[in-house]
Amino acid sequence: MTFHRLLPSAERRAAALALTVAALLSAVPSAAGAQGPKLSGSIGSEVRLFFEEPKFDGQFDDPIAGIQPSLLAEPELSYDSQDRRHQFNLAPFLRLDARDGDRSHADLREGYWRYIGGDWEVLLGVNRVFWGVTESRHLVNVINQIDAVEDIDEEDFLGQPMVNLATQQDWGRVDLFVMPGFRERTFPGRNGRLRPGIPVDENAAQYDSELARGQPDTALRYSHFFGDFDLGAYYFYGNGREPRLVPSGQGTRLEPRYDLIHQGGLDLQYTDEAWLWKLEAIVREGQGDPFGAVVAGVEYTFFQAFESDADLGLLAEFLYDGRDEDDAPPTAFDEDVFFGTRLALNDVQDSTALLGAIVDVEDGSTSIFFEAERRLGDSWKLELEVRAFLNISDSNPASSFENDDFALLRLSYFF
Amino acid sequence: MPPKPLKASLALAVGLALLAAAATAQAASPEEQGFEIAARSDRSDRGFGDNRVRLKMVLRNAAGAEATRSLEIATLEVPDEDVGDKSLIVFDSPRDIDGTALLSHAKIIDPDDQWLYLPALKRVKRISSVNKSGPFVGSEFAFEDFTALELKKYDYKYIRSEPCGEMTCDVVERYPRYEYSGYVKQLSWIDQEVFQVRKVEFYDRRGDLLKTLSLEDYRLYEDKYWRAQKLAMVNHQTGKSTDLIYEDYVFGVGLGDRDFIKGVLQRIR
Repeated sequence: MTFHRLLPSAERRAAALALTVAALLSAVPSAAGAQGPKLSGSIGSEVRLFFEEPKFDGQFDDPIAGIQPSLLAEPELSYDSQDRRHQFNLAPFLRLDARDGDRSHADLREGYWRYIGGDWEVLLGVNRVFWGVTESRHLVNVINQIDAVEDIDEEDFLGQPMVNLATQQDWGRVDLFVMPGFRERTFPGRNGRLRPGIPVDENAAQYDSELARGQPDTALRYSHFFGDFDLGAYYFYGNGREPRLVPSGQGTRLEPRYDLIHQGGLDLQYTDEAWLWKLEAIVREGQGDPFGAVVAGVEYTFFQAFESDADLGLLAEFLYDGRDEDDAPPTAFDEDVFFGTRLALNDVQDSTALLGAIVDVEDGSTSIFFEAERRLGDSWKLELEVRAFLNISDSNPASSFENDDFALLRLSYFF
Repeated sequence: MPPKPLKASLALAVGLALLAAAATAQAASPEEQGFEIAARSDRSDRGFGDNRVRLKMVLRNAAGAEATRSLEIATLEVPDEDVGDKSLIVFDSPRDIDGTALLSHAKIIDPDDQWLYLPALKRVKRISSVNKSGPFVGSEFAFEDFTALELKKYDYKYIRSEPCGEMTCDVVERYPRYEYSGYVKQLSWIDQEVFQVRKVEFYDRRGDLLKTLSLEDYRLYEDKYWRAQKLAMVNHQTGKSTDLIYEDYVFGVGLGDRDFIKGVLQRIR
């Protein structure tokens, strides 16, 4: 087993940017703050274990089982000026994967300077931005490209270069994003599991926009809370983050096609004592007919359940996506229901667990997942993740994962 | 020499006056007295504006094994007694929760507004705050022990006065008026010199003694505001304990409402 293809050429830009920000960081006059830069972050090792024979040729397999070890590093260097008006942050990411060369990758997750001046703030550089309230799908997120080679849960983001201008007023917060430098989605390589039947050739991306990757994307978002309601609404125009995957001439690879889209999005939560009512919705134009998609649901928590210190939450969400799959990227969430339960022990180790199932209402395809984590001592964390695909219909986009049930164990050291 | 009737009427007048005085003193019911003592304590802190403090939280289990957390708390005073203060708590250790933040807008009777920031996902979550009696980050402090002590969150009753250390304390019972409290009552010791809370006993819903909080090492800031530098909470039912050990408070930071609004959570790290 070797960690091959350490840093493919595509990652050198990220490394170069990281160095630039580091130089910027070291250039900050020491008189500006007494605390000095702070180094934090984590390093970890991870094993993914696939239980079944792979479905497609080329995917890794062992005589015993599909074992996929990898190493991770997520250091973070941050610096605040003494008056806390200037923030510098540098957060590179590195994974070395033993089985899938495309999963070995580096990225600059964050590398920015932020200035906070009264009601206004400006951020220049690379950042990650999470919006939304639901658990089963993160529908409204549109700023960052998904680092899909990491996991299929759409929670890992590639760092997005941006200028983010924001103002916080009594009536809410307004964020303007101008984003030069489009990031292409990552995909597992030919050797990798959890990939489409035909491998995706990330280097063969094509663009709807004449400016291709140079298309500056823009987004404007308003967010605030009104009593028990928390609201966010935005408009986005630019290269859509979600590519269509089109077979090449010979049909030996899939080529990502990025379309120019207009998208409006809304996230809303109503907090009523132990009930959380959640809604995420988008409308998108630019991939065939305009379409809408919704995730709506509820979470109820039994605090101090069973006369213990633990909290037990019950979740249910409904998912709908009205896209035409001939013109837009296919989705597994066309009409689905999600049920889940969340347990937080509220112990010294902050132990938590989440068990959930997403079921396609039309074809019965089911994805089950379990996630648990616990701190060990002061500085270590152990995470377990299990995902299983049951009763997957051949027409469901998840059908290429049907042999990819896996368990993941990750041990991380935080500093 | 005045005639006897006059002497008698004088004596009667004095007697009546004394009686009246006694009656006036008694007119303040134990409830009113309790409220007055608590209000005097609360008002001794009025006008502090804002402050920021770093602290260490030491959690001990019954066997004495320790775990520590370190955090920073910023507080903004909301002078209106019918509205609670605002606070922002940011953790920096254990290292895996570095940057985790809790923003609270305290209410008096209604549940507080609370938002949690989870740095791993860069996610801001509005959370339910009916969880008053749950443990705060695995400690012996419940959420309701940790949020601002607002005068009107309780009903009061004066019990007695007794020596407490070198001072004399008024012992006042307080009864939570808000829903979802884990306590049927709390017994508080408030000194008669500078009117600060020195000790609190917490009684659970069954009426049994659950925890004792000792507030130690009071220090005077800005010539006006007293702050305990150590809070020690002992759980008598589990044998666990949690100490909060404060560094120096900084008053007059210049914080305003806009530093305690949901939108600031995304720039915490």
